[in-house]
Amino acid sequence: MTETAPVPTASPSSLRLIATLAGIAIMSGLLVALAAEFTREPILKNRREALEKAVFTVLPEATARKNFLLNESGLTPLGDDAISEANCYAGYNESGELVGVAIEASARGYQDVVKILYGYNPHTNCILGFTVLQSSETPGLGDRVETDPDFLANFACLEATLNEAGTDLKNQIVTVKNGTKKHPWQIDAISGATVTSTAIGTALQKSTTKLLPLIHKVEPEFAQ
Amino acid sequence: MKDPRIPDPLSWSVFTQGIWRDNPVFVMLLGLCPLLAVTNTAMNALAMGLATTFVLVCSGTLVSLLQRVIPKQVRIAAYIIIIATFVTIVDYAIQAISLDLHKALGAFIQLIVVNCVILGRAEAYASKNPVVNAIVNAFGMGVGFTLALLSLGIVREIIGSGSLFGIDLFGAQFQPWAVFVLPPGGFFVLAFWLFVFSLMRKRKETRAKQEEVARAA
Amino acid sequence: MQPDSLTFIFLNAFVINNFVLAMFLGLCPFLGVSGKIKTAANMGLAVVFVMLVSSSSAYGINLLLAKFKLEFLRLICYIAVIASAVQLVEMAIKKFSPALFRALGIFLPLITTNCAILGLALFQTNREYNFPQSLAFSVGAGAGFTLALVLMAGLREKLELADVPDVVTSAALALTLGGLLSLAFMGFAGLGG
Repeated sequence: MTETAPVPTASPSSLRLIATLAGIAIMSGLLVALAAEFTREPILKNRREALEKAVFTVLPEATARKNFLLNESGLTPLGDDAISEANCYAGYNESGELVGVAIEASARGYQDVVKILYGYNPHTNCILGFTVLQSSETPGLGDRVETDPDFLANFACLEATLNEAGTDLKNQIVTVKNGTKKHPWQIDAISGATVTSTAIGTALQKSTTKLLPLIHKVEPEFAQ
Repeated sequence: MKDPRIPDPLSWSVFTQGIWRDNPVFVMLLGLCPLLAVTNTAMNALAMGLATTFVLVCSGTLVSLLQRVIPKQVRIAAYIIIIATFVTIVDYAIQAISLDLHKALGAFIQLIVVNCVILGRAEAYASKNPVVNAIVNAFGMGVGFTLALLSLGIVREIIGSGSLFGIDLFGAQFQPWAVFVLPPGGFFVLAFWLFVFSLMRKRKETRAKQEEVARAA
Repeated sequence: MQPDSLTFIFLNAFVINNFVLAMFLGLCPFLGVSGKIKTAANMGLAVVFVMLVSSSSAYGINLLLAKFKLEFLRLICYIAVIASAVQLVEMAIKKFSPALFRALGIFLPLITTNCAILGLALFQTNREYNFPQSLAFSVGAGAGFTLALVLMAGLREKLELADVPDVVTSAALALTLGGLLSLAFMGFAGLGG
């Protein structure tokens, strides 16, 4: 009997190794592409709803929204789905009049960058409110900026008027120590959360200086 | 040492292995990064546990099915590609279900790829056992991991924010101990659980020893 | 300080949001390789190195994927490229600098599955850092990882001599130490603001 002893399987050729890996890679590519395709619609819908909610929070009178890209070269209207490309969102009331513009802004907070969305009314030159989009501030201290009623009272109408030439703000928005607010363009900080309050002020100051002159220049174009 | 080529018969212990005897977290100390990072609320912990279980079961199934096809030399690379595929799918699925949840878990969903529990199961169990066993075992491991996540998440949320699954427990007069939802709290709560388990194990050993002495007498 | 300035990105990854102590990335080596200060420092060096390599390759891949609108393949590509980059680096060091290889050698394969590396690549993509920012981020993260590891090793060397009750396992002890360090690092919040 010439029974061959079971030889240890010879190592497969590198061609086979590559072929197997390539096969697996193609399979997984297909699976992932399918998953991305199936979830695209719901994800877009979620994004739209989240943005809509944020915009309507900072522009309480708004019932409709439109995306825009605003920069030095002017105002470009964008489609309803172009959420990530847009940098400002106009809000309209039921009769189609512009009630304000929602703009994203960010500044350094206590732990990390604080990202907010704020609403601005170009007719009354008021900042109407803000909502925090992203932050990792200390729970119980820094995150009070969203709930503290005294702090939110700053935003009943925070003044942001342009100077006569329309190139910059007449009075820069600034955060002041708790209880020392004297002017309508000052933000009264929360005591115990000064850093986060200042971050909100800085974000607003930087963003308004840059964008408000542009907004006033192109204001008629916002009309529906 | 048992022959690794003979698969385990399908039994209850294939399932319970991951829950108690070889719990990935409390016994093997694997997968600690997501464990500490996302357990600041019970809800996040549950979501993370379910996502990890899904990836465990799916990748276990596929690895077990392909065990004869994949040559030994490239198996790790193949496993990682398979795992990464399912993680990407979970990532998209969570975004489709709830953006808030996706934001809370952040990059840690994608970091499931490097969770050693999953690669460890693929290599040590799924690649050597029939599909049904692999699925059951992976499911058990997933449940064990989810339980561990929940045991941290529940403690941290109750102490750190005074609520459970977002429902307020103590009313307004409770002053939450915020440090427990912050990073240090994660370390402390896990250390506490490990201490409790070690204490239980020591008790059991002492009792066994005492019984032995009593029998000998 | 501007939130997108290089100094802030570096400081943020280095101490304020330390990868190990605040983001829980790379805990396995943090608990496993923190017995001696010397090994901890070498491990840290290897991580800084690998982070630089993988951060730059991740930046390149992301540009490429974005160009072809294939973002859904990002995770698979990242993990594959990082793993092979580490292997290549390992081979290159072995050939060109045996001394460095002896110092880093055994750690390099361990690092491939370290979540801090993949985490770095993912975070830099999420935050849309440009190339210099990515580099500052990876150096900061690597330095922060090394700092945490070395501090931990120092504490554990001292604890060798201490008398702890034997029900406290070394893992529980290490985690408690980690918690204390993490508490201490919370004091860095607001730094440089």
